[in-house]
Amino acid sequence: MTTQATTPEVHGHRSLQHHFENMEQQREAGTLGMWVFLVTEIMFFGGMFLAYTLYRSTYPASFASASNHLDITLGAVNTGVLILSSFTMAMAVYFTQVGKRRPQILCLVVTLLLGLTFLGVKAVEYYDKYEDHLIPGRLIPGNPFNPAVQEEGQPKDPHKLHLLPGASVRQVEMFYWIYFAMTGMHALHMVIGAGLLTFLIIFSLRGRFDPEYHSPVEVIGLYWHFVDIVWIFLFPLLYLLGRHFEHG
Amino acid sequence: MSEHIVPVRIYVTIFLVLLSGTALTVVAAFYDFPWQLNTVVALTIATVKATFVVLYFMHVRYSSRLIWVIVASALFWMGIMFALTFSDYRTRPWDRDRTSGIVIIY
Repeated sequence: MTTQATTPEVHGHRSLQHHFENMEQQREAGTLGMWVFLVTEIMFFGGMFLAYTLYRSTYPASFASASNHLDITLGAVNTGVLILSSFTMAMAVYFTQVGKRRPQILCLVVTLLLGLTFLGVKAVEYYDKYEDHLIPGRLIPGNPFNPAVQEEGQPKDPHKLHLLPGASVRQVEMFYWIYFAMTGMHALHMVIGAGLLTFLIIFSLRGRFDPEYHSPVEVIGLYWHFVDIVWIFLFPLLYLLGRHFEHG
Repeated sequence: MSEHIVPVRIYVTIFLVLLSGTALTVVAAFYDFPWQLNTVVALTIATVKATFVVLYFMHVRYSSRLIWVIVASALFWMGIMFALTFSDYRTRPWDRDRTSGIVIIY
C-alpha cells in the first residue's frame, strides 16, 4: 500500500477505513451499529424491568414499603446530575461537529465528572442500605438481610423499615434483590461509560476528532444517553412508587 | 448529504424539559391520584422524557429511516416479551393463593 503518495482527494480523510466509500457512509454505518447494540441493551434491561413489573404487581404493599425506605432526595439529585451530564454530552457532540476543540474537551470532562458524581452518590446510598442491613441474601459476609422493622406507635426511625398493611420482610427482600440488580447493572454501565469518556478525552487532546470524523464521540454519546434513559425509568419505578401511601 | 447539526437552543430546551419532568414526577408521586393512577402518571412522564432524549439528544428525529426501524424494533420485541410473559403469569388460576388471591411465583 502506497497511500502516502496519493492525494487526499483520492483517499479522503485519514480516518476513513478502506472498506468504506466515504466519510458519510462510514459515519452512518457506525451509528447504525451502535443502535443495533443499544437494541440488545434495551432487551437486556427489559428483562429486569419485566421481573420488576411481575414481582411488584404480585407484592404491591411490600414493594411500596421497601421503596419508601429509599432516599428520594439523593435519587432526585442523581437524576438531575445524569440529565445534566446527558446535556453536556450532547454539547460535546455539537462542539465536535462544528470543530471547536476546547469547548468539546471541556464538555467531555464535565460529563465525566458528573458521571463520577452520580456514582459517588450511588455509593453513599448503597452504604446506607448496608448499614440498615438491607443488602439482600448473604451477599455481604457477616451482614445478612435483616432490617429492623418499625413497631406500631413507636417514634419514627428512618433506619427502620416501615411496613405498610399487607407487606412482609421477605417480600421486601425481593424488592432489594431487584433494586440492587437493576441499579448495580446501571452503575456498571456508568463505570464503562466513564472509561469510554476517558478514552474520548485522551483522543480529543491528541486532536483525533474533527467535523469530518467524530463517530466515536457520536456513538459513545448515544451510549451515554441510553444509560440516562434507563435511569429516567429506574428513578420513578424504584424511588417513587409508594410515596403517596405515606404522606400525612 | 452531510449530517444535521442540532442547534444549541434545542439542546438547552430539551435539558430544561427533562429537568421539569423530573421535578413534576417527584411532586406527582406524593399526590394521591384516583384509581391508583400514580404508576401510569409516573410512567407517562418517564416515557415523554425518554422520547425527548431519543429524538433530540440521540438525533433520531434527524436520522435515516433505517435508524427509526431499529429503534421501533426494540420497542416491538419488548412488547412481545411483556405480553407473552404476562399472558402466562396472569392466567394461572391454579397458582393463586386461596386466601389472598395473590399469584404465587415459583
